[in-house]
Amino acid sequence: MQTAIAIAGVRKNYGKLEALRGVSFDIRRGEFFGLLGPNGAGKSTLISIIAGLVSADEGSISVLGHDTVSQFRAARRLLGVVPQELVFDPFFTVREMLRIQAGYYGCGKEAWPWIDEMLERLDLADKATSSMRALSGGMKRRVLIAQALVHRPPVVILDEPTAGVDVELRRTLWHFMTDLHKQGTTVVLTTHYLEEAQELCERIAILDHGAVQVIETTPQLLARHPFRFLRIKLANDAQLPESLRALVAGEVNGSVELKLEVGKHPIGSVFAALRAAGIDLEDVHTREPDLEDIFVQLTTKGAA
Amino acid sequence: MSPDQRGFVTLLKKEVMRFWSVLAQTVTAPVITAVLYLLVFAQALKDRTSAYEGISYTEFLVPGLVMMTVIQNAFANTSSSLIQSKVMGNLVFLQMAPLGPLEWYGAYILAALVRTFLVAVVMLGVTLPFVPLPVEAPLVLFGVFLLASASLASIGMIAGIVAQKFDHIAAFTNFFITPLSFLSGVFYSVHALPPFWYQASHLNPFFYMIDGFRYGFFGHADVPVWQSLAWCAGFFILSAAACLWMLISGYKLKR
Repeated sequence: MQTAIAIAGVRKNYGKLEALRGVSFDIRRGEFFGLLGPNGAGKSTLISIIAGLVSADEGSISVLGHDTVSQFRAARRLLGVVPQELVFDPFFTVREMLRIQAGYYGCGKEAWPWIDEMLERLDLADKATSSMRALSGGMKRRVLIAQALVHRPPVVILDEPTAGVDVELRRTLWHFMTDLHKQGTTVVLTTHYLEEAQELCERIAILDHGAVQVIETTPQLLARHPFRFLRIKLANDAQLPESLRALVAGEVNGSVELKLEVGKHPIGSVFAALRAAGIDLEDVHTREPDLEDIFVQLTTKGAA
Repeated sequence: MSPDQRGFVTLLKKEVMRFWSVLAQTVTAPVITAVLYLLVFAQALKDRTSAYEGISYTEFLVPGLVMMTVIQNAFANTSSSLIQSKVMGNLVFLQMAPLGPLEWYGAYILAALVRTFLVAVVMLGVTLPFVPLPVEAPLVLFGVFLLASASLASIGMIAGIVAQKFDHIAAFTNFFITPLSFLSGVFYSVHALPPFWYQASHLNPFFYMIDGFRYGFFGHADVPVWQSLAWCAGFFILSAAACLWMLISGYKLKR
Protein backbone atom coordinates (compact mmCIF):
# COMPACT_ATOMS: atom_id res chain seq x y z
CA MET A 1 0.00 0.00 0.00
CA GLN A 2 1.34 3.43 -0.91
CA THR A 3 2.42 5.69 1.93
CA ALA A 4 0.47 8.92 2.29
CA ILE A 5 2.80 10.54 4.81
CA ALA A 6 6.25 9.14 5.60
CA ILE A 7 7.88 10.58 8.72
CA ALA A 8 11.53 9.61 9.18
CA GLY A 9 13.65 10.50 12.21
CA VAL A 10 12.11 13.91 12.82
CA ARG A 11 13.68 15.86 15.65
CA LYS A 12 12.81 19.33 16.85
CA ASN A 13 14.17 21.23 19.83
CA TYR A 14 12.95 24.57 21.17
CA GLY A 15 15.99 25.60 23.15
CA LYS A 16 16.46 22.86 25.75
CA LEU A 17 12.99 21.45 25.23
CA GLU A 18 12.94 18.38 23.02
CA ALA A 19 9.58 18.72 21.27
CA LEU A 20 10.18 15.73 18.96
CA ARG A 21 12.81 13.06 19.66
CA GLY A 22 13.38 11.27 16.38
CA VAL A 23 9.81 10.45 15.43
CA SER A 24 9.37 7.90 12.62
CA PHE A 25 6.20 6.31 11.29
CA ASP A 26 4.16 6.01 8.11
CA ILE A 27 0.54 6.88 7.46
CA ARG A 28 -0.90 4.66 4.75
CA ARG A 29 -2.84 5.94 1.80
CA GLY A 30 -6.60 5.89 2.34
CA GLU A 31 -6.26 5.47 6.08
CA PHE A 32 -8.25 7.26 8.79
CA PHE A 33 -5.38 7.84 11.18
CA GLY A 34 -5.51 9.21 14.71
CA LEU A 35 -2.62 11.13 16.20
CA LEU A 36 -3.21 11.37 19.92
CA GLY A 37 -1.30 12.61 22.89
CA PRO A 38 -1.59 14.89 25.89
CA ASN A 39 -0.95 18.63 25.60
CA GLY A 40 2.71 19.28 24.85
CA ALA A 41 3.26 15.77 23.47
CA GLY A 42 4.54 17.16 20.14
CA LYS A 43 1.46 16.59 17.94
CA SER A 44 1.10 20.18 16.79
CA THR A 45 4.84 20.53 16.25
CA LEU A 46 4.78 17.43 14.03
CA ILE A 47 1.77 18.71 12.08
CA SER A 48 3.40 22.12 11.71
CA ILE A 49 6.53 20.47 10.28
CA ILE A 50 4.42 18.46 7.81
CA ALA A 51 2.57 21.66 6.80
CA GLY A 52 5.78 23.68 6.36
CA LEU A 53 5.17 26.07 9.26
CA VAL A 54 8.10 24.77 11.31
CA SER A 55 11.51 23.51 10.20
CA ALA A 56 12.67 20.17 11.56
CA ASP A 57 16.16 20.07 13.09
CA GLU A 58 16.68 16.57 11.71
CA GLY A 59 14.80 14.03 9.64
CA SER A 60 12.46 14.25 6.69
CA ILE A 61 8.79 14.04 5.84
CA SER A 62 7.21 13.25 2.49
CA VAL A 63 3.62 13.47 1.31
CA LEU A 64 2.78 10.83 -1.31
CA GLY A 65 6.48 10.57 -2.09
CA HIS A 66 7.20 14.31 -2.28
CA ASP A 67 9.63 15.73 0.26
CA THR A 68 8.01 18.59 2.18
CA VAL A 69 11.19 20.71 1.93
CA SER A 70 12.88 20.00 -1.40
CA GLN A 71 9.58 19.38 -3.24
CA PHE A 72 7.42 21.63 -1.11
CA ARG A 73 5.15 22.75 -3.94
CA ALA A 74 4.12 19.23 -4.95
CA ALA A 75 3.85 18.11 -1.31
CA ARG A 76 1.65 21.05 -0.31
CA ARG A 77 -0.66 20.62 -3.32
CA LEU A 78 -1.37 17.09 -2.08
CA LEU A 79 -2.04 18.20 1.47
CA GLY A 80 -4.84 20.08 3.20
CA VAL A 81 -4.39 21.17 6.80
CA VAL A 82 -7.08 22.45 9.16
CA PRO A 83 -5.20 24.49 11.75
CA GLN A 84 -6.06 24.21 15.41
CA GLU A 85 -6.41 27.96 15.98
CA LEU A 86 -9.54 29.73 14.78
CA VAL A 87 -7.78 32.02 12.31
CA PHE A 88 -9.41 34.05 9.54
CA ASP A 89 -8.83 37.00 7.23
CA PRO A 90 -11.24 39.79 8.18
CA PHE A 91 -11.00 41.58 4.81
CA PHE A 92 -12.96 39.00 2.81
CA THR A 93 -16.27 37.21 2.57
CA VAL A 94 -16.51 33.44 2.97
CA ARG A 95 -16.73 32.78 -0.77
CA GLU A 96 -13.91 35.24 -1.57
CA MET A 97 -11.71 33.56 1.03
CA LEU A 98 -12.33 30.11 -0.44
CA ARG A 99 -11.66 31.30 -4.00
CA ILE A 100 -8.46 33.00 -2.87
CA GLN A 101 -7.37 29.83 -1.10
CA ALA A 102 -8.11 27.78 -4.24
CA GLY A 103 -6.04 30.22 -6.28
CA TYR A 104 -3.00 29.78 -4.02
CA TYR A 105 -3.08 26.10 -4.98
CA GLY A 106 -3.30 26.87 -8.68
CA CYS A 107 -7.06 26.24 -8.99
CA GLY A 108 -9.13 28.63 -11.06
CA LYS A 109 -12.82 28.86 -11.89
CA GLU A 110 -13.01 25.09 -12.30
CA ALA A 111 -12.88 24.90 -8.48
CA TRP A 112 -15.91 27.17 -8.01
CA PRO A 113 -18.60 24.43 -8.25
CA TRP A 114 -16.70 22.40 -5.62
CA ILE A 115 -16.52 25.50 -3.41
CA ASP A 116 -20.29 25.91 -3.70
CA GLU A 117 -20.78 22.21 -2.95
CA MET A 118 -18.67 22.48 0.20
CA LEU A 119 -20.59 25.59 1.27
CA GLU A 120 -23.79 23.53 0.98
CA ARG A 121 -22.46 20.47 2.76
CA LEU A 122 -20.96 22.44 5.61
CA ASP A 123 -24.15 24.51 6.03
CA LEU A 124 -22.36 27.67 4.98
CA ALA A 125 -24.37 28.48 1.83
CA ASP A 126 -26.34 31.28 3.46
CA LYS A 127 -23.10 32.78 4.82
CA ALA A 128 -21.25 32.76 1.48
CA THR A 129 -21.37 36.54 1.10
CA SER A 130 -20.91 37.30 4.80
CA SER A 131 -17.70 38.86 6.01
CA MET A 132 -15.46 36.41 7.85
CA ARG A 133 -15.46 38.66 10.90
CA ALA A 134 -19.27 38.37 11.15
CA LEU A 135 -19.23 34.57 11.60
CA SER A 136 -19.61 32.68 14.85
CA GLY A 137 -16.77 30.45 16.09
CA GLY A 138 -18.47 27.32 14.76
CA MET A 139 -18.97 28.88 11.34
CA LYS A 140 -15.34 29.99 11.22
CA ARG A 141 -14.33 26.41 12.05
CA ARG A 142 -16.38 25.16 9.07
CA VAL A 143 -14.72 27.70 6.78
CA LEU A 144 -11.30 26.50 7.96
CA ILE A 145 -12.27 22.96 6.98
CA ALA A 146 -13.54 24.12 3.58
CA GLN A 147 -10.28 26.07 3.07
CA ALA A 148 -8.22 22.95 3.71
CA LEU A 149 -10.25 20.97 1.17
CA VAL A 150 -10.63 23.62 -1.50
CA HIS A 151 -7.96 22.11 -3.76
CA ARG A 152 -9.29 18.55 -3.22
CA PRO A 153 -6.13 17.22 -1.53
CA PRO A 154 -5.79 13.43 -1.27
CA VAL A 155 -4.31 13.84 2.24
CA VAL A 156 -6.04 15.92 4.90
CA ILE A 157 -4.81 16.74 8.40
CA LEU A 158 -7.37 17.94 10.91
CA ASP A 159 -5.73 19.40 14.00
CA GLU A 160 -8.39 19.24 16.70
CA PRO A 161 -11.23 20.23 14.35
CA THR A 162 -13.94 19.64 16.94
CA ALA A 163 -12.31 21.56 19.79
CA GLY A 164 -14.87 23.90 21.32
CA VAL A 165 -17.69 23.16 18.84
CA ASP A 166 -21.23 22.16 19.75
CA VAL A 167 -22.59 18.62 19.42
CA GLU A 168 -24.48 19.32 16.19
CA LEU A 169 -21.45 20.73 14.42
CA ARG A 170 -19.30 17.92 15.73
CA ARG A 171 -21.67 15.39 14.19
CA THR A 172 -21.76 17.35 10.89
CA LEU A 173 -17.97 17.29 10.82
CA TRP A 174 -17.83 13.58 11.63
CA HIS A 175 -20.18 12.79 8.73
CA PHE A 176 -18.21 15.04 6.43
CA MET A 177 -14.87 13.48 7.39
CA THR A 178 -16.28 9.96 7.08
CA ASP A 179 -17.63 10.74 3.60
CA LEU A 180 -14.27 12.15 2.57
CA HIS A 181 -12.54 9.04 3.83
CA LYS A 182 -14.96 6.78 1.95
CA GLN A 183 -14.07 8.66 -1.23
CA GLY A 184 -10.42 7.68 -0.74
CA THR A 185 -9.02 10.67 1.12
CA THR A 186 -6.38 9.93 3.74
CA VAL A 187 -7.50 11.63 6.93
CA VAL A 188 -5.19 12.36 9.84
CA LEU A 189 -7.04 13.46 12.95
CA THR A 190 -5.74 14.87 16.19
CA THR A 191 -8.27 15.24 18.95
CA HIS A 192 -8.66 15.26 22.69
CA TYR A 193 -12.07 13.57 22.34
CA LEU A 194 -10.88 9.99 22.57
CA GLU A 195 -14.29 8.49 21.82
CA GLU A 196 -14.10 10.41 18.53
CA ALA A 197 -10.77 8.80 17.67
CA GLN A 198 -12.01 5.36 18.76
CA GLU A 199 -15.10 5.72 16.56
CA LEU A 200 -13.42 7.10 13.44
CA CYS A 201 -9.79 6.02 13.28
CA GLU A 202 -8.53 2.76 11.81
CA ARG A 203 -5.05 3.19 13.25
CA ILE A 204 -3.80 5.33 16.06
CA ALA A 205 -0.43 6.67 17.15
CA ILE A 206 -0.03 7.93 20.69
CA LEU A 207 2.65 10.53 21.05
CA ASP A 208 4.02 11.55 24.41
CA HIS A 209 7.06 13.60 25.42
CA GLY A 210 8.03 13.95 21.77
CA ALA A 211 8.14 10.22 21.03
CA VAL A 212 5.72 7.65 19.65
CA GLN A 213 4.56 5.49 22.57
CA VAL A 214 2.51 3.14 20.43
CA ILE A 215 1.18 2.87 16.90
CA GLU A 216 -1.42 0.18 16.24
CA THR A 217 -4.81 -0.45 14.72
CA THR A 218 -7.62 0.67 17.00
CA PRO A 219 -8.75 -2.92 17.86
CA GLN A 220 -5.13 -3.92 18.63
CA LEU A 221 -4.76 -0.89 20.83
CA LEU A 222 -7.94 -1.67 22.71
CA ALA A 223 -6.87 -5.29 23.14
CA ARG A 224 -3.67 -4.10 24.84
CA HIS A 225 -5.54 -3.33 27.99
CA PRO A 226 -5.72 -6.65 29.95
CA PHE A 227 -8.58 -5.46 32.11
CA ARG A 228 -12.38 -5.48 32.17
CA PHE A 229 -14.53 -3.31 34.36
CA LEU A 230 -17.36 -4.63 36.50
CA ARG A 231 -19.70 -2.13 38.08
CA ILE A 232 -21.82 -3.49 40.91
CA LYS A 233 -24.41 -1.96 43.20
CA LEU A 234 -24.78 -3.78 46.52
CA ALA A 235 -28.20 -4.22 48.05
CA ASN A 236 -29.06 -2.81 51.52
CA ASP A 237 -26.00 -0.53 51.55
CA ALA A 238 -23.78 -3.52 52.22
CA GLN A 239 -19.99 -3.09 52.42
CA LEU A 240 -17.72 -4.73 49.87
CA PRO A 241 -15.91 -7.81 51.26
CA GLU A 242 -12.27 -7.25 52.23
CA SER A 243 -11.07 -9.69 49.53
CA LEU A 244 -12.46 -7.49 46.71
CA ARG A 245 -11.36 -4.08 47.99
CA ALA A 246 -7.99 -4.21 46.21
CA LEU A 247 -9.84 -4.38 42.87
CA VAL A 248 -11.80 -1.13 43.31
CA ALA A 249 -11.10 1.30 40.48
CA GLY A 250 -13.67 3.90 41.47
CA GLU A 251 -17.19 4.71 42.54
CA VAL A 252 -19.93 5.97 40.23
CA ASN A 253 -23.41 6.99 41.47
CA GLY A 254 -23.35 4.67 44.43
CA SER A 255 -21.95 1.76 42.41
CA VAL A 256 -18.47 0.35 42.83
CA GLU A 257 -16.32 -0.20 39.73
CA LEU A 258 -13.91 -3.11 39.96
CA LYS A 259 -10.95 -3.46 37.61
CA LEU A 260 -10.51 -7.14 36.78
CA GLU A 261 -7.41 -8.48 35.08
CA VAL A 262 -8.35 -10.88 32.30
CA GLY A 263 -7.37 -14.47 33.21
CA LYS A 264 -6.55 -13.57 36.81
CA HIS A 265 -9.83 -12.24 38.14
CA PRO A 266 -12.76 -14.03 36.49
CA ILE A 267 -16.11 -12.31 37.01
CA GLY A 268 -17.41 -15.52 38.60
CA SER A 269 -14.89 -15.18 41.44
CA VAL A 270 -16.36 -11.78 42.33
CA PHE A 271 -19.88 -13.17 42.45
CA ALA A 272 -18.64 -16.14 44.53
CA ALA A 273 -16.99 -13.79 47.05
CA LEU A 274 -20.18 -11.73 47.32
CA ARG A 275 -22.28 -14.88 47.79
CA ALA A 276 -19.89 -16.17 50.47
CA ALA A 277 -20.27 -12.88 52.34
CA GLY A 278 -24.06 -13.07 52.03
CA ILE A 279 -24.30 -9.88 50.00
CA ASP A 280 -27.06 -9.44 47.45
CA LEU A 281 -26.59 -7.48 44.24
CA GLU A 282 -28.95 -4.71 43.18
CA ASP A 283 -27.39 -4.00 39.79
CA VAL A 284 -24.54 -5.30 37.61
CA HIS A 285 -22.89 -3.67 34.62
CA THR A 286 -19.76 -4.63 32.67
CA ARG A 287 -17.64 -2.26 30.62
CA GLU A 288 -14.89 -3.00 28.10
CA PRO A 289 -11.84 -0.78 28.35
CA ASP A 290 -12.01 2.20 26.01
CA LEU A 291 -9.33 4.30 24.38
CA GLU A 292 -9.25 6.63 27.33
CA ASP A 293 -8.13 3.78 29.61
CA ILE A 294 -5.35 2.83 27.17
CA PHE A 295 -4.40 6.47 26.69
CA VAL A 296 -4.12 7.12 30.42
CA GLN A 297 -2.15 3.89 30.92
CA LEU A 298 0.34 4.70 28.13
CA THR A 299 0.80 8.38 28.78
CA THR A 300 1.07 7.90 32.56
CA LYS A 301 3.83 5.38 31.94
CA GLY A 302 5.51 7.94 29.66
CA ALA A 303 5.34 10.56 32.37
CA ALA A 304 6.91 8.22 34.87
CA MET B 1 -1.53 29.82 -16.76
CA SER B 2 0.57 27.37 -14.71
CA PRO B 3 -0.49 26.57 -11.13
CA ASP B 4 2.52 28.51 -9.81
CA GLN B 5 1.61 31.56 -11.89
CA ARG B 6 -2.01 31.31 -10.77
CA GLY B 7 -0.85 31.19 -7.14
CA PHE B 8 1.22 34.33 -7.66
CA VAL B 9 -1.61 36.17 -9.45
CA THR B 10 -4.05 35.17 -6.68
CA LEU B 11 -1.77 36.51 -3.96
CA LEU B 12 -1.29 39.74 -5.92
CA LYS B 13 -5.04 40.06 -6.43
CA LYS B 14 -5.70 39.34 -2.75
CA GLU B 15 -3.20 42.02 -1.68
CA VAL B 16 -4.80 44.57 -4.04
CA MET B 17 -8.29 43.60 -2.80
CA ARG B 18 -7.06 44.07 0.76
CA PHE B 19 -6.08 47.72 0.35
CA TRP B 20 -8.94 48.34 -2.10
CA SER B 21 -11.49 47.28 0.51
CA VAL B 22 -10.29 50.13 2.78
CA LEU B 23 -9.61 52.71 0.06
CA ALA B 24 -10.56 55.63 2.30
CA GLN B 25 -7.65 54.71 4.59
CA THR B 26 -5.17 53.54 2.00
CA VAL B 27 -5.54 56.11 -0.81
CA THR B 28 -7.90 58.95 0.10
CA ALA B 29 -6.42 59.72 3.53
CA PRO B 30 -2.78 60.02 2.41
CA VAL B 31 -3.79 62.17 -0.56
CA ILE B 32 -5.76 64.53 1.70
CA THR B 33 -2.82 64.75 4.13
CA ALA B 34 -0.41 65.58 1.29
CA VAL B 35 -2.76 68.17 -0.21
CA LEU B 36 -3.07 69.79 3.24
CA TYR B 37 0.73 69.98 3.47
CA LEU B 38 0.74 71.58 0.05
CA LEU B 39 -1.90 74.16 0.97
CA VAL B 40 -0.25 75.09 4.26
CA PHE B 41 3.36 75.20 3.06
CA ALA B 42 2.55 76.82 -0.27
CA GLN B 43 0.58 79.55 1.52
CA ALA B 44 3.13 80.05 4.30
CA LEU B 45 6.19 80.02 2.04
CA LYS B 46 4.76 81.35 -1.22
CA ASP B 47 7.12 84.36 -1.17
CA ARG B 48 10.17 82.19 -0.62
CA THR B 49 12.63 82.15 -3.50
CA SER B 50 12.54 78.81 -5.27
CA ALA B 51 15.61 76.62 -5.48
CA TYR B 52 15.41 76.50 -9.24
CA GLU B 53 15.12 79.40 -11.64
CA GLY B 54 11.73 79.81 -13.21
CA ILE B 55 10.04 77.33 -10.86
CA SER B 56 7.79 78.58 -8.10
CA TYR B 57 8.06 77.21 -4.56
CA THR B 58 4.67 75.54 -4.94
CA GLU B 59 5.81 73.79 -8.13
CA PHE B 60 9.01 72.74 -6.35
CA LEU B 61 6.95 71.33 -3.48
CA VAL B 62 4.55 69.09 -5.44
CA PRO B 63 6.97 66.37 -6.69
CA GLY B 64 8.57 66.07 -3.25
CA LEU B 65 5.21 65.70 -1.56
CA VAL B 66 4.11 63.08 -4.09
CA MET B 67 7.31 61.08 -3.56
CA MET B 68 7.09 61.42 0.22
CA THR B 69 3.55 60.05 0.11
CA VAL B 70 4.66 57.23 -2.21
CA ILE B 71 7.50 56.32 0.18
CA GLN B 72 5.24 56.25 3.24
CA ASN B 73 2.47 54.30 1.50
CA ALA B 74 4.75 51.71 -0.06
CA PHE B 75 6.11 50.97 3.40
CA ALA B 76 2.67 51.01 5.01
CA ASN B 77 1.11 48.64 2.47
CA THR B 78 3.44 45.69 2.91
CA SER B 79 4.21 46.20 6.60
CA SER B 80 0.57 46.53 7.65
CA SER B 81 -0.53 43.58 5.53
CA LEU B 82 2.09 41.28 7.03
CA ILE B 83 1.69 42.37 10.63
CA GLN B 84 -2.11 42.08 10.40
CA SER B 85 -1.78 38.57 9.00
CA LYS B 86 0.67 37.67 11.74
CA VAL B 87 -1.39 39.10 14.57
CA MET B 88 -4.65 37.61 13.22
CA GLY B 89 -2.85 34.32 12.60
CA ASN B 90 -4.04 34.03 9.00
CA LEU B 91 -0.48 34.11 7.64
CA VAL B 92 -0.60 30.30 7.98
CA PHE B 93 -2.85 30.14 4.91
CA LEU B 94 0.01 31.57 2.86
CA GLN B 95 2.73 29.67 4.69
CA MET B 96 1.00 26.35 4.00
CA ALA B 97 0.32 27.21 0.34
CA PRO B 98 2.61 26.00 -2.47
CA LEU B 99 4.04 29.49 -3.00
CA GLY B 100 7.76 30.16 -3.10
CA PRO B 101 9.68 33.18 -1.75
CA LEU B 102 9.76 34.85 -5.17
CA GLU B 103 5.98 34.67 -5.54
CA TRP B 104 5.53 36.10 -2.05
CA TYR B 105 7.96 38.90 -2.74
CA GLY B 106 6.67 39.71 -6.22
CA ALA B 107 3.01 39.76 -5.20
CA TYR B 108 3.50 41.93 -2.11
CA ILE B 109 5.76 44.39 -3.94
CA LEU B 110 3.52 44.65 -7.01
CA ALA B 111 0.44 45.24 -4.85
CA ALA B 112 2.32 48.05 -3.08
CA LEU B 113 3.26 49.49 -6.51
CA VAL B 114 -0.40 49.47 -7.53
CA ARG B 115 -1.32 51.37 -4.37
CA THR B 116 1.49 53.93 -4.66
CA PHE B 117 0.78 54.44 -8.37
CA LEU B 118 -2.85 55.13 -7.49
CA VAL B 119 -1.84 57.52 -4.71
CA ALA B 120 0.61 59.37 -7.01
CA VAL B 121 -1.88 59.63 -9.88
CA VAL B 122 -4.68 60.88 -7.61
CA MET B 123 -2.34 63.40 -5.96
CA LEU B 124 -1.10 64.71 -9.29
CA GLY B 125 -4.69 64.72 -10.61
CA VAL B 126 -5.79 66.86 -7.67
CA THR B 127 -2.87 69.31 -7.78
CA LEU B 128 -2.13 69.64 -11.51
CA PRO B 129 -5.15 71.88 -12.31
CA PHE B 130 -3.76 74.38 -9.77
CA VAL B 131 -0.03 73.70 -10.07
CA PRO B 132 0.80 72.65 -13.65
CA LEU B 133 4.12 70.80 -13.88
CA PRO B 134 6.34 70.00 -16.85
CA VAL B 135 7.58 66.44 -17.37
CA GLU B 136 11.11 66.81 -18.71
CA ALA B 137 12.39 63.25 -18.19
CA PRO B 138 9.47 60.79 -18.06
CA LEU B 139 11.70 57.70 -18.00
CA VAL B 140 13.63 58.99 -15.00
CA LEU B 141 10.34 59.95 -13.34
CA PHE B 142 8.92 56.47 -13.80
CA GLY B 143 12.19 54.71 -13.00
CA VAL B 144 12.68 56.57 -9.72
CA PHE B 145 9.03 55.98 -8.83
CA LEU B 146 9.41 52.23 -9.42
CA LEU B 147 12.71 51.92 -7.55
CA ALA B 148 11.53 54.04 -4.60
CA SER B 149 8.20 52.22 -4.30
CA ALA B 150 9.78 48.78 -4.58
CA SER B 151 12.53 49.68 -2.08
CA LEU B 152 10.12 50.95 0.54
CA ALA B 153 7.73 48.07 -0.08
CA SER B 154 10.71 45.74 0.55
CA ILE B 155 11.60 47.62 3.75
CA GLY B 156 7.93 47.33 4.74
CA MET B 157 8.06 43.57 4.20
CA ILE B 158 11.22 43.34 6.28
CA ALA B 159 9.53 45.32 9.06
CA GLY B 160 6.43 43.12 8.78
CA ILE B 161 8.52 39.96 9.01
CA VAL B 162 10.60 41.17 11.97
CA ALA B 163 7.70 42.77 13.90
CA GLN B 164 5.69 40.72 16.36
CA LYS B 165 3.05 43.35 17.13
CA PHE B 166 1.62 46.60 15.75
CA ASP B 167 3.80 48.66 18.11
CA HIS B 168 6.93 47.46 16.32
CA ILE B 169 5.61 48.73 12.98
CA ALA B 170 4.61 52.04 14.59
CA ALA B 171 8.15 52.38 15.99
CA PHE B 172 9.64 51.63 12.55
CA THR B 173 7.37 54.27 10.99
CA ASN B 174 7.89 56.92 13.67
CA PHE B 175 11.64 56.55 14.16
CA PHE B 176 12.79 55.64 10.66
CA ILE B 177 10.38 56.26 7.80
CA THR B 178 8.79 59.56 8.88
CA PRO B 179 12.00 61.37 10.00
CA LEU B 180 13.97 60.26 6.94
CA SER B 181 11.17 61.26 4.57
CA PHE B 182 10.72 64.68 6.23
CA LEU B 183 14.48 65.32 6.24
CA SER B 184 14.97 64.47 2.60
CA GLY B 185 14.46 67.81 0.91
CA VAL B 186 10.72 67.62 0.37
CA PHE B 187 10.14 71.14 1.63
CA TYR B 188 13.50 72.72 0.75
CA SER B 189 16.57 72.37 -1.44
CA VAL B 190 19.48 70.80 0.46
CA HIS B 191 21.64 73.67 -0.83
CA ALA B 192 19.83 75.87 1.68
CA LEU B 193 21.05 73.74 4.61
CA PRO B 194 24.10 74.36 6.84
CA PRO B 195 27.18 72.32 5.76
CA PHE B 196 26.68 69.50 8.32
CA TRP B 197 23.04 68.89 7.42
CA TYR B 198 23.87 69.31 3.74
CA GLN B 199 26.39 66.45 4.07
CA ALA B 200 24.04 64.40 6.26
CA SER B 201 21.26 64.68 3.69
CA HIS B 202 23.52 62.97 1.16
CA LEU B 203 23.51 59.84 3.34
CA ASN B 204 19.72 59.68 3.31
CA PRO B 205 18.46 57.38 0.51
CA PHE B 206 15.07 59.12 0.56
CA PHE B 207 16.81 62.35 -0.50
CA TYR B 208 17.88 60.73 -3.78
CA MET B 209 14.38 59.37 -4.38
CA ILE B 210 12.85 62.82 -4.01
CA ASP B 211 15.63 64.58 -5.91
CA GLY B 212 15.52 62.07 -8.77
CA PHE B 213 11.73 62.29 -8.93
CA ARG B 214 11.96 66.08 -9.04
CA TYR B 215 14.50 65.78 -11.89
CA GLY B 216 11.89 63.83 -13.86
CA PHE B 217 9.61 66.86 -13.75
CA PHE B 218 12.02 69.78 -14.06
CA GLY B 219 15.07 68.32 -15.78
CA HIS B 220 17.36 69.53 -13.02
CA ALA B 221 17.81 68.77 -9.34
CA ASP B 222 20.19 69.14 -6.35
CA VAL B 223 22.51 66.27 -7.37
CA PRO B 224 23.26 64.76 -10.82
CA VAL B 225 20.47 62.42 -11.90
CA TRP B 226 22.81 59.45 -12.37
CA GLN B 227 23.72 59.74 -8.70
CA SER B 228 20.05 59.64 -7.68
CA LEU B 229 19.38 56.68 -9.96
CA ALA B 230 22.44 54.83 -8.64
CA TRP B 231 21.41 55.39 -5.00
CA CYS B 232 17.81 54.36 -5.73
CA ALA B 233 18.95 51.21 -7.58
CA GLY B 234 21.51 50.35 -4.88
CA PHE B 235 18.97 50.83 -2.10
CA PHE B 236 16.47 48.69 -3.97
CA ILE B 237 18.99 45.88 -4.51
CA LEU B 238 20.00 45.91 -0.84
CA SER B 239 16.45 45.98 0.52
CA ALA B 240 15.20 43.38 -1.98
CA ALA B 241 18.14 41.08 -1.20
CA ALA B 242 17.58 41.38 2.56
CA CYS B 243 13.87 40.74 2.17
CA LEU B 244 14.36 37.74 -0.12
CA TRP B 245 16.94 36.29 2.26
CA MET B 246 14.38 36.49 5.07
CA LEU B 247 11.72 34.83 2.94
CA ILE B 248 14.03 32.07 1.70
CA SER B 249 15.48 31.32 5.13
CA GLY B 250 12.10 31.60 6.85
CA TYR B 251 13.58 34.14 9.29
CA LYS B 252 10.94 35.02 11.91
CA LEU B 253 8.37 33.25 9.76
CA LYS B 254 9.22 29.62 10.43
CA ARG B 255 9.70 28.53 13.99
